[in-house]
Formats: sequence, structure tokens, C-alpha cells
Amino acid sequence: MSLLDIRNLHAGYGAMSILKGVNLSLEAGEIGVIVGPNGAGKSTTLKAIFGMLNITEGSIHFDGEDITGIGSEQLASHRISFVPQENNVFPTLSVHENLEMGAYIRRDDFSRVMDHVYDIFPPLKDKRHQPAGELSGGQRQMVAFGRALMIEPKLILLDEPTAGLSPMFMSQIFDRVIAINQTGVTVAMVEQNAKQALAIAHKGFVLAGGQNSYTDTGQNLLNNPDVAKSFLGG
Amino acid sequence: MNDLVFFLNKGITSGLIIGSIYALGAIGLTLIFGILRFAHFAHGDLMTLGAFVTLILAAALAALGVTLPLPLAFVVMFPAMAITAVLAIGLDKMFYKPLRQAGARPVVLVMASVGVTLMLQGVIRLFAGVRSRDMFVEAPKEIYRIPIPGATRKLVVTEPQILLMLFTIVAVIALHFFLTRARLGKAMRAVSDNPDLARITGINTEHVVWATWIIGGSLACAAGTMLSMDVTLKPDLSFNILLPIFAATIVGGIGQPYGAIAGGFLVGFCETLAVFNWSIVLRPFKDELWFDLPSNMSLVPTEYKLMVPFLILIIVLIYRPTGIFKGRVL
Repeated sequence: MSLLDIRNLHAGYGAMSILKGVNLSLEAGEIGVIVGPNGAGKSTTLKAIFGMLNITEGSIHFDGEDITGIGSEQLASHRISFVPQENNVFPTLSVHENLEMGAYIRRDDFSRVMDHVYDIFPPLKDKRHQPAGELSGGQRQMVAFGRALMIEPKLILLDEPTAGLSPMFMSQIFDRVIAINQTGVTVAMVEQNAKQALAIAHKGFVLAGGQNSYTDTGQNLLNNPDVAKSFLGG
Repeated sequence: MNDLVFFLNKGITSGLIIGSIYALGAIGLTLIFGILRFAHFAHGDLMTLGAFVTLILAAALAALGVTLPLPLAFVVMFPAMAITAVLAIGLDKMFYKPLRQAGARPVVLVMASVGVTLMLQGVIRLFAGVRSRDMFVEAPKEIYRIPIPGATRKLVVTEPQILLMLFTIVAVIALHFFLTRARLGKAMRAVSDNPDLARITGINTEHVVWATWIIGGSLACAAGTMLSMDVTLKPDLSFNILLPIFAATIVGGIGQPYGAIAGGFLVGFCETLAVFNWSIVLRPFKDELWFDLPSNMSLVPTEYKLMVPFLILIIVLIYRPTGIFKGRVL
């Protein structure tokens, strides 16, 4: 039984359909990367998981439970965290408060998780009392990751985590993704930097026109000449 | 010395009083704007409504022969705040929530709140008539005349004025601790910062909306009660101060509770000082002045008091387009 199982998903905004049959399944502990050209429905697939779109056909199962069409506010209670591409922190709240908000649904003592987040992202510890909006882009991304980790998620959804970051930060972010994954968190990630992302992926999904065009292991996709030609720029 | 006391009485005290009332109203407006994202025009009438709830409770207690060391109106203001908070949540449930759920744009909610204003005014007039009422149902308000050494004129403060200032200080401190220490208070700031992210994070937006109306409604009730204790209660009382409260909210930075407090006092002081008769303070120096002192020398005639908040608004917005505390851009 896969942890996340999306079958034949058709979804869109209002009457306009964007996803026309997406299939995506991830086993617990895997990193899945969704790549594809602009407008292929990559981010839309992530957003469809938590009810920001109209699902017309297909199903989404998580951990054996049917979660098709749940609202975004129920995401956290299923222990799924989402890190949006932009506006992914609370800018006037301090770093510490951002992490506390990440644990909003937890009524237990989460100080251990908080320490763990500060261990993974040491720069955050120094800036814990600073408003998140005053941090650099890379550090804001760390806050966003940290916030998402506070519920100790089973699955973390990342929407283009390296968008707008310098190449140096980019490889740092990929390192963090691997580190987070190694603690047992399943990762589903949409990425523009397809080559680097597929290199760390257990599974890759190449979408085009709202459908899967290739589904394979990350390494196989990188080695596939057709994928390379059409999506990875040769 | 007499002239200084006159200045304290007419300038400083009045500024503090009206500033406190503006601040209490503006906090509610700015929180509602930050979290529900619309300008709540019915806030003035929420104040009047709250004052009437207080009056009804006070009159009921007075009829039962209850007497307390503090004015009845002040004591029953606290249960009245709770009632007004419930009424505010009710108004939200009935009028604003269905619009929000239908995905209405903010301007539609603003229009709805104008409708609620007219409705509340109608309801209040229907039941209470248009005459003005005294909030001191059991005994006239106490006026303290404090002698100042070296002056024949005395410093005058009324009991409700002292209570209002104390209440404002306590309310502001309590609000500060709520917003920075309490889980729900932080969640309110989070929703104000980024509502989509708050929802994804699992913050219960419904609870945050309730908290907003509870704070906004109860402070509106307090401001309305205090204002009508300072003067008298009329159905259109708070509607008349709605515009300065809006000015205070915008001057302070929309969505910023501390800005609302600063804006409230700034607007309050500027207003009283603009209509203050400066010739009385200048009289001792009349021999040194190069011009003849007119008998009334205020910067703005009282009838045009309402223009002062807007003048400040324009000046502040030219130099700080997002308000004193960096607020949201409209």
C-alpha cells in the first residue's frame, strides 16, 4: 500500500480543467519529484491534494485513507505539510513564532521538535526573535521548511523550493531535502531545476498537458534520451 | 498658572479622553481589517449598540435599587462587553460570513457593513427613540476638582474620565500580552499576515474570526459606553466619530493594533488642540506679542473639527504611505 496514491486525477479551476489524468504514487520514505514544462500542471497537482481545485474525476488516497477533496485546513491533521513556493512564512511573526504556528494543531510538548529544527537550520536559532519577513530568501525558505516540520509530518509537499534562490542556496536546499527525507519523511516536490531534483529522487514524474508522460525512477528518467531531449534541455 | 490649568483641562484631558475612545475603536477596526480584510463601517454603531446594552443593564440594576461605589454604568459595562461581543459574532454569522463563504470581494463586505450600519441605527432609533440619555442612572457623575498650588482655577476631572483612562491602559496591556503570548493571539497575527498559509498550517480560522469579533465588539462597547458617560448617549453618537476612528486606523497603519492606539491618540490630541482656544494660554504674554490677542484664537473653529483628522491623515500618508506603523496597503 502506497503512502500517497493519486489515481487518474482530473481537476481544474471552475470549468477549466488543468489535470487530465495524473497518476502518482509514493511509498513511505521516498522522494518523488514532479517535473515538466510550464503549465503542465505540476503545482496544480500538489494543490489538488488539499482541495484548492475542483476534482472532477479520480481519487487521492493517503496512508490508506481517501482524502480526495479535503480542505486545506485539514491537511495538517493528516500530518501532511505543504510549503508553498512564495509567501511561505508569516512575515511579522518572529522565527520562533513561525515555528510555534507550525505546531498550532499540536497540544503536546513540541520543544523537542523545535530543537531538532534549530539543529537542522542553525542560522534560525540565532535569528529566532527576528521577524521572518526581515530574513534573506534562503533563510525564509528554512523558516518555511522548519514550520512544515513542526507537526512531524508523514508527507511534506514542496512547491519549487529552490525558485528564486542562488545556485549556492539551491544545493543547500536539496541537501536539506535529503536530510529531511532521511528522518523518514516522504517528500513530494515540484521542481524547475529538473536535473538536480531528479538526481535525488527515488521516483520522477514528468507531466505534460496535465497528464503523466513519463513515470520512472529518478535515475532512469535522467538516463532516458527522450526525456532528456524534450524536458531537460538535452 | 490659571492659564496652564485651563490648558490641562481643555487641552490635555480632552485629548486623552477622545484619544482613548478613538484608540479603543480603532483597535477593533484595524483587527477586523487585518483578519477579515474589509473596512467595517458598522463599527460606530457597534459602539452605540454596546452603550445601549450598558444603559439597559444599568437601568435594570438601578430599578432593583442596587448601588455600588463605582458608577453602575461602568460596572455593568463588563457584562455588556460580553453581550456586545456575542452580538458582533451574530452579525458576522448573519451578514458577513455568508458573503465570505461565497467568495465575495472585500468591497462587497464593505457595502454590507454600510447596510448593517443603517440597520443598526434604525433598530436603535426604533426602540430607544432619538433623544439623548444620561448614562448615570442612579446618581450624577462625580467631578473631582483638584486644587493646584498657585492657581485659583482647579484641575477638573470627572470619575468616568479617570475610569476611561485606567480602562484603556489595562485594555492595551492585556491586548499586547494576548497578541504576543497567547496561542490564539499569535494565530490572529498569523492569519493577518498570511491567511492561506495559516489555513494550510492548520490554524482554525473560524476561532480566529471569533476572537477578532470578541475583541472588536467588546472594545467597541467599552468605547461607546465611555463616550456616552463622558457626554450623553444619543443614537447617532458613535456614528459621528466613525470617520476620525477610520482616520486613526489608517494613520496608524492598517492592520496594526499598536498603530491604531498611536493613531487614536494622535488624532484625538490634534483634534482637541486644533479647536483649543489658544488666546487664553497666550494672554499672560499679551504685552510681548506683536499682535492684538483676539478673544477666540483656535486653529480651527469647533464646527470644522472633523476636518482635522483628515488633514493629519493626508500629511501622514504623504510622508509615510503605509501609516506610522508599517501597515497594509489598501
